Amino acid sequence: MRFRPLGVFAVFYLAFLYAPILLLPIFAFNDGTVIAFPLRGFTFGWFAQLGEIPALHSATLNSLIIASSTAVLSTCLGLFAARAATRYRFPLKGGIMGFIMLPLVLPEVIVAISLLVVLMQLGLNTSVFTIILGHTLLCMPFAIAILQGSFSGLDQSLEEAAMDLGETRSGAFRLVILPLVVPGIIASLLICFIISLDEFIIAFFLSGNEPTLPVYLWGLMRFPAQLPVVMALGTVLVGLSIVLLLVANWFRKRGLRKAGQEDTGGFL
Amino acid sequence: MAQGLSRDARLGLITVSPALVFAVLLLAVPLFTIVLFSFWTQNFLEIDRTFTLANYAEALTDPLYRALMMRSLRIAASVTAVTVVLAFPIAYYISFHVRPEKKALWLFLITIPFWTSYLIRIFLWRVILAYDGPVNGTLVELGIIDEPLSFILYNANSVIITLAHAFAPFAILPIFVSLEKIDRSFLEAAKDLGEGTAMTFLRVTLPLAMPGVLAAVLIVFIPTVGDYVTPRLVGGSGGTMIANMIYVQIFDLSNRPMGATLAVVAMATVTITLAWAILHVRFWVYLSDRVGGGLPGLALVGVAAAIDIGVLWWLWHYGPALFGSAGSLGIMAAIMGGGAILIALLLPKGRWGI
Repeated sequence: MRFRPLGVFAVFYLAFLYAPILLLPIFAFNDGTVIAFPLRGFTFGWFAQLGEIPALHSATLNSLIIASSTAVLSTCLGLFAARAATRYRFPLKGGIMGFIMLPLVLPEVIVAISLLVVLMQLGLNTSVFTIILGHTLLCMPFAIAILQGSFSGLDQSLEEAAMDLGETRSGAFRLVILPLVVPGIIASLLICFIISLDEFIIAFFLSGNEPTLPVYLWGLMRFPAQLPVVMALGTVLVGLSIVLLLVANWFRKRGLRKAGQEDTGGFL
Repeated sequence: MAQGLSRDARLGLITVSPALVFAVLLLAVPLFTIVLFSFWTQNFLEIDRTFTLANYAEALTDPLYRALMMRSLRIAASVTAVTVVLAFPIAYYISFHVRPEKKALWLFLITIPFWTSYLIRIFLWRVILAYDGPVNGTLVELGIIDEPLSFILYNANSVIITLAHAFAPFAILPIFVSLEKIDRSFLEAAKDLGEGTAMTFLRVTLPLAMPGVLAAVLIVFIPTVGDYVTPRLVGGSGGTMIANMIYVQIFDLSNRPMGATLAVVAMATVTITLAWAILHVRFWVYLSDRVGGGLPGLALVGVAAAIDIGVLWWLWHYGPALFGSAGSLGIMAAIMGGGAILIALLLPKGRWGI
């Protein structure tokens, strides 16, 4: 081991990255109302309390509706854009793709207030539907990035062979290309679901009186007595994200293997 | 459809159109609307649609807005510096010292926390950094400090720590990508020609990794300027940033035009600052190369940077007394914008890719 200092630094850095999500379950199972060490004992009580809050249930329902719709919508739009970006050369390609990917770097607050101002101006009420639109805008670049990975590995001669054998352009796409990118589509659906489920700013600005889970959680954070419940709910959310992420990663790797590409390790 | 387009181009445009139309309707139109709003004023319950620059005059001269904007830039710059400096060794470690079959696993490990709830992670930092939290508890227990530290929560420091955590993968990934692209035979060549490990790193690896570092700077700096949650949860009154003020204007004061103006000013400030910084880096690299790099190059760059930044710092602090608020801002904009344009026109792209 010649480069030990760097290795030690890497381990400390990982500890820094994981500190918050490792501490979270510790406090969620701690039998005390104060979030501090020393710990007081083990309890499932805070998780049990989650079942008794009706407002939480409607927030969960809202979140699930929003996350599923966003996943489907942004993956569909992403499919078109990723296909165009990998298969065709068209004028202003760089500018158009750059513009579609812009929400990736734009501060979310800017996106949220500009959407809000337009909605208010049009006299529309903020609702679950408006959050879906905002989240789709945010998730589309991620869907495109993932799907571009799947499309770019494909051999174009497969599609040409299908067309030479008499398939129409759309038939070749549906029967040859689509099955090959299914793992990418599933990975994109899951990643968009995770992003939408955890997204706070746009949901906070656009939710009106239909809060999502993170918005509900934000409300809870103001009450010191509710903090253990916040920890329990947080543990559930973080656990769910990690499980979905592992599944998505499995599909992404499968897709890469199908396309005969190497794993570059990540969705970004 | 235009006849001049090839079949390929036509199909491409048609295929991209659903996503493009969506982005135009939900991004371009709203962004255009807030620019429009920034020229209107709130008149009690109604919006006065006469064109005016009054909002901009207020946003640029009111000491409160100026202080918040300046603090947002300062915090974002600190976060960017901390994140990139911490991320570089990690990216370097993964690229050069981790076995190829383990690289994907390391990258995945680094991105996992990023995919969990942003709100929860930031809230946990409040718990970690708290007066009776784990950090202070451990330090007191070990006898390193007698009293819990109070300067690590509810101020700008805690905002910087928390944001540096939140944006870590955004900095690591681009740097890693540019390190992976480096042809390893360059490093061997440098060694064969007698360069030591440190000099090889400084003269070969680092310059070749600069495009990744710059991408990391952009990806971290732009979103952090407009962060809302972190200052609210861990910032206290000393860590409030411009996004919090935008929220207050729109929701608490119902002054949408002012909120829109602040948003436009924030975006414009970020753009000007980044353009200034990137083009001055080009200028400084050019200066350093002119004298052959090494220590003389570093010294020259140090002097040039000190003058560049010093002039702007002086104008920001003492300009208003001499030229008035608007006057000093105008002079600053002229120096920053003019300088950037001159550099862009006169100097070619350097070897750092900018």
